[in-house]
Amino acid sequence: MSVIFLAKRLVHSVFVLLGLSIVIFLIARIVPGDPVRLAVGARAPQWVVDNMREHMHLNEPLHIQYGYWLRDALQGDFGISLVTRRGVAKDIREFLPATFELALYSLFISVTGALSFGIISARYKDRWADNVIRIFSYLGVVTPSFVFAIIFLLIFAFVLDWLPAIGRLSNGLTLPPRVTGMVTIDALLIGDFNVFWDAFKHIIMPALSLAMGSMAQEARITRASMADNLTKDYIASARALGVSESLVMRRFLLKPSLIPTVSILGLDFAAGMGNAFLVELIFNWPGLSRYGMNAMLSKDLNAISAVILTFGVVFVVVNICVDIVVGQLDPRIRLSTAKGD
Amino acid sequence: MVNKAPLLEIKNLRVHYKVYGGVLKVLDGVNLTVYPGEKVGLVGETGCGKTTTMKTALAILPVPPGVVVGGEILYKGRNLLAMSPRQLSNVRGREMTMIFQDPMAALNPVFNVEQQFTPVLKHAAKNHLSNKEIHAQAVLALQDVALADPERLLQAYPIQLSGGMRQRVCIGMALATRPQLLIADEPGTALDVTIQAQVLRLLNNLVDRLNTSIILITHSLGVVYETVDRLYVMYAGNIVEVAPTRKLFSNPLHPYSQGLMDAVPKLSGGGISQGISGRIPDYSHPPAGCRFHTRCSHVMEICRHQKPPEFEVEEGHKVACYLYGPKNQEAAV
Repeated sequence: MSVIFLAKRLVHSVFVLLGLSIVIFLIARIVPGDPVRLAVGARAPQWVVDNMREHMHLNEPLHIQYGYWLRDALQGDFGISLVTRRGVAKDIREFLPATFELALYSLFISVTGALSFGIISARYKDRWADNVIRIFSYLGVVTPSFVFAIIFLLIFAFVLDWLPAIGRLSNGLTLPPRVTGMVTIDALLIGDFNVFWDAFKHIIMPALSLAMGSMAQEARITRASMADNLTKDYIASARALGVSESLVMRRFLLKPSLIPTVSILGLDFAAGMGNAFLVELIFNWPGLSRYGMNAMLSKDLNAISAVILTFGVVFVVVNICVDIVVGQLDPRIRLSTAKGD
Repeated sequence: MVNKAPLLEIKNLRVHYKVYGGVLKVLDGVNLTVYPGEKVGLVGETGCGKTTTMKTALAILPVPPGVVVGGEILYKGRNLLAMSPRQLSNVRGREMTMIFQDPMAALNPVFNVEQQFTPVLKHAAKNHLSNKEIHAQAVLALQDVALADPERLLQAYPIQLSGGMRQRVCIGMALATRPQLLIADEPGTALDVTIQAQVLRLLNNLVDRLNTSIILITHSLGVVYETVDRLYVMYAGNIVEVAPTRKLFSNPLHPYSQGLMDAVPKLSGGGISQGISGRIPDYSHPPAGCRFHTRCSHVMEICRHQKPPEFEVEEGHKVACYLYGPKNQEAAV
């Protein structure tokens, strides 16, 4: 895991994001509907529209327009949102932490769940525990997260009344001072456990709904890779040389088996953030996915571009992190890239 | 040698594999004995059950699909098949170890050499040694297998080592605990020929020096001729012939052994032999009687119905073939 490796990944990422920005920009210009009309309203006089077109550089050729757009975007200026009438960048700063917090909790749930279930499943392969886990993981993979959201709502909020149904915090509680924008963490930072516990109860259901799919998927991958590695000679060899069964399982089998799970984790995390919009809608979670969804419904092109680009950045960053972790787990990757690949 | 108590005695071992759609009756009564300090070879074509026999002996046969249907494996007179995991762990690694065929696959790719050595040595030492002593033993083990710069090597990952180095590391690990019996499953087969010869010579010298008994599994007759004292010939889950190595080479009795010896290209010319026609039988429906009868040019009526017992033709030379049975002694010649 060398500096060269990281630098290379960063350069790759810049190109990925540039490519993404071009696609976003083009789509935003191609979709039917006049952004100026949308911005100024249907009843604005023609001279206002003309001035606005000039102001937004819409009369220039496309590549010039892209240049202006990119210059502003790099400075964090994505224009004004048509819906909230505020700077898009400001909106994103406000909504991103909520989604990120949700995705973090969901990641934690899916990793712990997937590893436990995957390991149990592989350990008791083809026995009843494995069969039960496999049936549920099939269900988990094919059921969309919003279905889980509705089921959980019904059970835990309406029938059992254990958890609050919607929002991030109960009425009557005040949000902790904003540091990270993630309520549970901000509450812990000021030591307000009351707020933390309330926010925590709010986040469990949406995080769990979001986690189910990837948890099921990763449990299956963990099981498959453990079962596969179990037949490898190096496991037989470790046993033949007297290494105890528990050490064989905990060390010599687990570590190589985690590589595919971790590799897919990054994709799941980023995809989870992007796909969170239905869950965010159902739980009235003030997150970026829901914001992006609303932006799309109202053709708020500035906001759409910014949201997609933000998710793009998150995707790229998360995948760099995953590469680092995988490199730590797997010397084959670490050493081959260190050589300059 | 004969009056010593055997180190390992495999008696009438029968192992099946339960697979989707049937049962593979792989081992059909294997008998094999190793005496202390002895070098024994086990030859036979791919798929005849050599590795299954040895994996069962070390209790590392994957169960399922493997099932031990019958027989005994006595190590110093105690039945390994009846041992508790705890008793077994006293034998495995401490007294009996194994080298695998493919050194690329036998080392864990995500741990460095020292991380793989340490638990092996710790277990063998019953956790009585300090980390420093363990490290010193690992260094010593790598020096045993003539690897230069062991300190650096211990920090290396398998991917950083050549095939020959990996095989040496495997041998070093298997002998580091100073076992009494080493099972070597086609060591070096996955390597190229010159490296293979080096590795085998090294292994041979090392077991001589440490006075370790060895079971050398191979399908290379050249290898066994130079190294082992006694040779077992295996066919389709049966030991068909056993004799002191030179005797087996000069006077193979079983038609299968004769075919095997014949298949070795000879410098004296005579062209390439035809070998043995046909293939190892389908284990889900093995032939009745002698499993070799479908490929045997000397097949008799009795071979089709009844499994031949072992006939001791001379002291130490046994063959499982009716050609050498008392009744057929005359008919054979």
